[in-house]
Amino acid sequence: MAIEANGKVYETDEEGYLVTLADWEPVVAEEMAKEDDLELTDEHWDIINFLREYYEEYQIAPAVRVLTKAVGKKLGKEKGNSKYLYGLFPYGPGKQACRFAGLPKPTGCI
Amino acid sequence: MSEKIKKFMYLNRRAPYGTIYAWESLEVVLIGAAFDQDVSLAFIGDGVYQLLEGQDTSESDMKNFSTTYKALGDYDVTKLYVEKESLEERGLTLDDLMPLTWEDEDDDWAEKDSIRLVSRAELADVLDDQDVIYSF
Repeated sequence: MAIEANGKVYETDEEGYLVTLADWEPVVAEEMAKEDDLELTDEHWDIINFLREYYEEYQIAPAVRVLTKAVGKKLGKEKGNSKYLYGLFPYGPGKQACRFAGLPKPTGCI
Repeated sequence: MSEKIKKFMYLNRRAPYGTIYAWESLEVVLIGAAFDQDVSLAFIGDGVYQLLEGQDTSESDMKNFSTTYKALGDYDVTKLYVEKESLEERGLTLDDLMPLTWEDEDDDWAEKDSIRLVSRAELADVLDDQDVIYSF
């Protein structure tokens, strides 16, 4: 599988996750969101950027429970709950947001 | 939940690179942490090298996953036993290992050490107390 953005082709795996992490560009997230019928807002980008920073630091995509707790601590309590995160990413803040962020499927996601 | 929370011990005995054991162990720990278990890790023998500070894998083909150990606290995995004799036999001390901590939600997010230095005899008692032991 692959997605196309700005005339460039980005290879993805059978679940739609980017194969090469280093290929990621913001336009990849926008294209993936378009396919999911989502428009990315600043609130989405807060989470996507947060995930990319988390991966940079720990070399893993966090499980939803860990993400929720960490977002609450970093972006404020009103955002650190699954209702808010699922509101932004209806297919799951772990799976969908990590995919947009160009990360592998979260560790601990079954 | 009616089921009793079981004590799971992940025993790490091998150097971090060269085989896949260390990374596999870490992945199983992170996945297992989603379930209600009382999780501990122990590092013995060459396994203590997994926690060494300043790992550099650029000359090898393997990903440097040492920073992932720092995420364990986020996953509520807070008990990392390191065998004193194994360190000594390799000329290492606690200062050679990465500082690994967790934040105690019930204590105003106080940062606490995850690494517990234990003697071989003390570790034997800890192992004796477990319900399930996975050896990697």
